[in-house]
This record gives sequence, structure tokens and C-alpha cells, in this order.
Amino acid sequence: MLEFALDAQRGSFHLRVECRFTAEWTVIFGPSGSGKSSLLRLLAGLDRPDRGQVALNGEALTDTSRGIFTRPGHRKISLVAQQPSLFPHLTVNANVSYGLCGIGGNRRASRVAEMLGLVGAEDLALRRPQDLSGGEAQRVALARALAPLPRLLLLDEPFAALDGVASDALLARLQIWLKEHDVQTVLVTHDATDAFAAGAEVALLREGQVVAIGPPGVALAAERARIMERLRSS
Amino acid sequence: MDWQALSLTLRLATVTTVILLVVSVPLAALLALGRSRWLAILEAFAAMPLVLPPTVLGFFLLVLLGPRTAIGRGITALLGHPLAFSFDGLVIGSVIYSLPFAVQPLVAGFGAIEPALVDAARLLGASPPRIVLTLLVPLARRSVLAAAVLSFLHTVGEFGVVLMLGGDIPGSTRTLSILLYNQVENFDYSAANRTASLLLTLSVAALVAIYVGSRPRGGRRA
Repeated sequence: MLEFALDAQRGSFHLRVECRFTAEWTVIFGPSGSGKSSLLRLLAGLDRPDRGQVALNGEALTDTSRGIFTRPGHRKISLVAQQPSLFPHLTVNANVSYGLCGIGGNRRASRVAEMLGLVGAEDLALRRPQDLSGGEAQRVALARALAPLPRLLLLDEPFAALDGVASDALLARLQIWLKEHDVQTVLVTHDATDAFAAGAEVALLREGQVVAIGPPGVALAAERARIMERLRSS
Repeated sequence: MDWQALSLTLRLATVTTVILLVVSVPLAALLALGRSRWLAILEAFAAMPLVLPPTVLGFFLLVLLGPRTAIGRGITALLGHPLAFSFDGLVIGSVIYSLPFAVQPLVAGFGAIEPALVDAARLLGASPPRIVLTLLVPLARRSVLAAAVLSFLHTVGEFGVVLMLGGDIPGSTRTLSILLYNQVENFDYSAANRTASLLLTLSVAALVAIYVGSRPRGGRRA
């Protein structure tokens, strides 16, 4: 269970959110500039809030009032952004094993193979990031994020570079694996179809605030009506 | 040819370059990636030898490392000899004097690395030293090469600090630039010519190494 109450001012933008995500999959839906990526960075520990708390499964990771701040990488939280940000001087294999330095050689190799298999990138192991397509790079970034077995996976529109069929297939495999390994997931998107497809709890973020939360049909009722209206008029 | 001066100069430049790389890589990483506004003060101190006359720096170090200060007396008690007018003293002076020539290319190189890559490494649990060694240094290897060559060259050609701090002791503090000064003072222009030509050759060879190393394979990109 992920709980957070965060207050962060970034220039003229003010993010003020308070939520409790209990579902295995939560989709944060919002237009560009609504604060989705900023929220994920605060949850992952890449940025510090002005005030607030983040707790995962009851463990405080950030609490400004008590001076608690667990560094990223020690939170068991992984983040996959829209830009894959693979290390360009390392092979795919070395990228995926980068976060596994505490694991012995054989176990590390088998974990890397398992992750590459999960995302359908086994045959890319020896390639360099500059030799990958956008979709391949995204798959490898996902494998790299999953390899350390996080407790929480944050996905910042990571399937943008994949075509619809490939994205759906990967999403289906990913959901099974995450359920097996008890990994809670938060996916942010500005695409309403992603929110409906995932079949998850949805939080609607607008101008730095969560304005609705619940099943997709409820939280995104207005968005669904807007899409239907557009389809009817076209 | 004064082989003793050549050997001493190369030894001084090599030791200084190694120490500078060890010191400058973490310092430059801190300056390039750190967010604290106080780092501006640290950056100003690291750049100060660029604008400070070498004789002034040499004078301050001479006084600081000499018997008039507690630091100087402490070092003398520790080592059994004063640092001023010794090879070790020259190394300290050279490291301080050449510091900006190592730090600035590294700051530029580290600063050009995509911040998202550093974020990715942090999320994967990499410690700051691991980020520096496995990410920043390999990705900014051309800047590391430039820092090493510039530090080496700057130390080879240094004069003011060496003269003030080390004097002119053959085998201990007489470097090629001090030797050149002596040769000119003694009107031995043919020897001065050879020494100056050697310094020039070292400089050109090192600069060629920088440009060859920093040129992308297959030629310069448009």
C-alpha cells in the first residue's frame, strides 16, 4: 500500500496531493503539465518535497516533519520514464545487471536472462543502446527497472514508443509477473485508453491536485464522455 | 641536455597529474551535479589559480609551508624536513597551481551528461563513487584525457611557483623551465634553444594527443 501527502512548489507550479493507493495497479491520469512526472520523482526520492510524507507498506520513506528521507535506490522503488535513459557505453546485458551488484554471478546472469525474456528482448543482450529502436530500448529499460525486484514500480508513460499490439502483449505479461512477485504498480498516462485498458484504480490529476479517484468508469466519467462525443462527431 | 632536469620535470608532472586526477574527478562531479549554492564558493576557490599570479601563489605557499607557521612546523616535525625547497613541496604547489586545468574540463564533461542517466543510476542503488566511476568517467573520457594532458603540460611549463617554492636545486627542484631561465641568464643560447625546443615538442605532442583523442571516430561531425 502506497500512502503519500506531498506539497512541493516548483517555480509557478504547485503540486499538492494526498492519496492512498491500495490496488495492485493504479493509473494516474492527467493532461500534460498536470504534475504526473513531478509526483513520480517525489515518490521515487529523486526530488524532495517542501513538506509531506511517503510511506510504502507502512514504512516511512519520506517524512519532512521527522527528517526521514530514504535515498532513491534504497526504497525498493523502480521508475521507468518515457525516455529509456539506457547507459550508452554498456551493453543491454550490462544495463540490466547494473542494479544487481549485490547478487552473485550465476544468480545475476539468470535474473538478467529472466528479465530480458519477460520483455521479449533476449536476442538484444549483446547490443548497445544506440543499436536499439525506441521500442526495444523501452523494453530494456523496463527489464533494468524490474531486475532488482522492486516493491513498487512507477511507470511514466513507458509504452509510448511501442505500437498498440506490442504494448498490449507486454502489458499482459507484465501484469502477470508483477502479481506473482507482489509488486505494486503506478502508471501515469495522459492517454485515457491506457487508463481504461489497465483495468485499474484511477486517480485523476489536474493542475497539481488529485481531483477524482476510483474505478476508471467513475474517475474518468467526464473523459469517457468527451471521447464518446468526439467519436460520434467524427 | 640536462637529463636530470628532464627526468625531474617528467616525474613532477606525472605525480602531479595522478594526484590531480584523484582529487579533481570527485571534486568536478560534486561541482557538476551538486545543487547547493555554496558550491559556487568551492568552484571559485578551485578556479583561483587561473587569475592569481604564480609568484603570489608560490610566495603564500612558501610562507605557509615554512617554519613561521604552525602548519609548516607540523609538517617539518612529521616528515623530518621542511616542504619548502623540496620535491614534495613542488608537488603540493603544482597540484594547487594546476587544479583549475584539471577541474574545468571535467566539470564541462560531467555537466554535459544527460541528468536522466544519473537519475537512472541513483534509482538502481548506485552510490556516488560508483556513479562517478561507472558512469561519469567513461561517458566523459575525452574530458578526462583533456584534464590529464592539460595538467601534465601546465606542470611541465610552470615557472613562477617552482622558483618561489623550490628555488633552483639540481636534482631536487631544478625543472626544465628553471634550467631554461638559467641558460638564458648565462647567455648560453644554444643550450636554451635545445631546452625550449624540448618543452615545445612536449607541448605539441600532448596537444595532438588531446585532439586525436577528442575527435570522433570517422571524422568530425557536422
